[in-house]
Amino acid sequence: MTVLDRLGASAWTSTPFRLAALSIAAFLITAAGIVGFLFWQTNNLLTEQVLSGLRAEVQEMRHIEAAAGSASVAEAVKARARPEGPGLYFFADRTGRKRAGNLSRLPPELEGEAGGTFRYERQAGDQRLAVALPVLFPDGTRLLVGRDIEEQRVFANRMRTVFLLGFSLLSLAGLAGGLGAGRLLLNRIDQINAASRSIMAGDLTQRVPLAGSNDELDGLAQNLNMMLDRIEQLMSGLREVSDNIAHDLKTPLSRLRNRAEATLRDGGDCDAYRAGLERIIEEADELIKTFNAMLLVARLEAGALEGSTEAFDLGSLVRDVAEFYEPVSDEQGLELTVDVGDGPEIVANRHLVSQAVANLIDNAIKYGRPDAAGGPGKISVSLRPLNHDVEIIVADRGPGISADDRERALKRFVRLEASRTKPGTGLGLSLVSAVARLHHGTVRLEDNAPGLRAVLVLPLARQGTSA
Amino acid sequence: MRVLVIEDDRETAQFLQKSLKESGHAADLAGDGETGLSLAETGVYDVLIVDRMLPKLDGLSVVKTLRTGGLRTPVLILSALGDVDDRVKGLRAGGDDYLTKPYAYTELLARIEALSRRAVPEEQVTKYVVGDLVLDRLSHRVTRGGEQIILQPREYRLLEYLMKNAGQVVTRTMLLENVWDYHFDPQTNVIDVHVSRLRSKIDKNFEKPLLHTVRGAGYMVRDGAG
Repeated sequence: MTVLDRLGASAWTSTPFRLAALSIAAFLITAAGIVGFLFWQTNNLLTEQVLSGLRAEVQEMRHIEAAAGSASVAEAVKARARPEGPGLYFFADRTGRKRAGNLSRLPPELEGEAGGTFRYERQAGDQRLAVALPVLFPDGTRLLVGRDIEEQRVFANRMRTVFLLGFSLLSLAGLAGGLGAGRLLLNRIDQINAASRSIMAGDLTQRVPLAGSNDELDGLAQNLNMMLDRIEQLMSGLREVSDNIAHDLKTPLSRLRNRAEATLRDGGDCDAYRAGLERIIEEADELIKTFNAMLLVARLEAGALEGSTEAFDLGSLVRDVAEFYEPVSDEQGLELTVDVGDGPEIVANRHLVSQAVANLIDNAIKYGRPDAAGGPGKISVSLRPLNHDVEIIVADRGPGISADDRERALKRFVRLEASRTKPGTGLGLSLVSAVARLHHGTVRLEDNAPGLRAVLVLPLARQGTSA
Repeated sequence: MRVLVIEDDRETAQFLQKSLKESGHAADLAGDGETGLSLAETGVYDVLIVDRMLPKLDGLSVVKTLRTGGLRTPVLILSALGDVDDRVKGLRAGGDDYLTKPYAYTELLARIEALSRRAVPEEQVTKYVVGDLVLDRLSHRVTRGGEQIILQPREYRLLEYLMKNAGQVVTRTMLLENVWDYHFDPQTNVIDVHVSRLRSKIDKNFEKPLLHTVRGAGYMVRDGAG
């Protein structure tokens, strides 16, 4: 394949070039039609002019013959026929022998009665086109009156050549223009395609280049880039989540495996094996708990509340949960004070709200113990109704969470380092935050100076019923 | 006790059959919903264990069909779906209890034993007696050896549930679900602390303990050698 062929082949598959070629073809056909019609009309007009002149002369000759006989016709022909004039004559007697005229012979094309075009030789080698009308006089003599139309033919020929040349030039220029425009557009689109391909291959940092011309293609590239930014952001979020999941599941899984391996390796009697297996089951149970917690968070993130809500007294629910944890906090030497009366009534998923409140109190018990010098630990649980929301506040006097970590602690599947050494899944806050989102509420972590103040905000009326 | 296990995973089913046999119960197996349904309809079983996802006919449909047909055999539904919503669906279909996979065998055993006891309508029982411990359901009074023991309302309900299932293992999850109506994992040993508080009230000053810890399983109220 030559370079040109390749260019042509690739050009033909490109949309702009195909469009250019099609429009040029349509233009050429229309132009050829118009020019052809014009040409035909002009030719007709000229021919008609010549013919009407011939007819007038024929008429005149008939008059001469009728008035003065064929001899005067011969005179008239002799007088009119100049050797190289435009008027052509051939006057023959009854036998066909020439009596007068500047044509050497009766053209073979015009043997019959009808007139028409014919070729004659004015000088040797000078073939010319002419048109003639025959006249048959009553005495048997024949006259042929003709006109030389070689000039007209040459003019028509020249016109045709000019038009053909013009059309060819036009087609070539059009196709070349289409090809060029196609190449230009194609280059830009190729760039976009190349960028998309390398992004598909996994390089999410790649962006579609801009030409800086602010045209539609730049607009397209900008939109693609914005879409890519969003995808990259989502992907890195997802990666973070799966990293957290992998970490939180793999750590207990490898502990489980290590314990099984150690039990086998250490051997010993039946009791040693039993103890080993029991520890393995404990580890498996922890793993199941973590997995369940993750599954629940994931389902809450993806889920809707439809059909699972009911109206209940939030005050009494919070009191019940606090009462549930009271013996544990007591045992841990923490003073749990609950300052919650009845109400307000909210519409929500009772089980999930119980669990969220339980997680907040559980966290306060686990992490709310003050440092050695911090005095007695105190956890306070309270409710604060606002205009449209109600705040459930669990505050402790522990070390709290640093400002940097507070936001992170609420993210999906994030375990802060401190939680990895404590019992439990460490996903408590992730779950609280998922429950809040599901109820169109929020969670805030604040500084209790000292300690942590966790605030779960739930809307008093569910969205849609309030407005 | 005769148990029907409707479970499509052969290994799980055989594990359950073997374990139930070792616990002194007879177990039949059905590998799909249709077989399970026709076996259950014979009415010879004390408890049905029904997996939620089954070939041919799913677990919830099996239970619904049985209940529509008037069969009252207690049903424990097993499911990989652990949401409160899924649980509610299971119980609404006619299940009596709902256990999420994976579970500990002791948990399953404790639950089906509790279910098989449920045949006696508990509303008619006015008094639970274990040894010299008496819980009067009408006056809400608890006495041991004739001495009244003052309990908090929640402690009373805890003891009531334990005594209702006297002689049987009650797991922590069963207590959490039945005494508190909580369906989440409290993450800490809250239940143990509640039970030990209760124990300090009913057993502390008495020679013979009645509230026992069953290692690896849960608790049991029982009169007899611990």
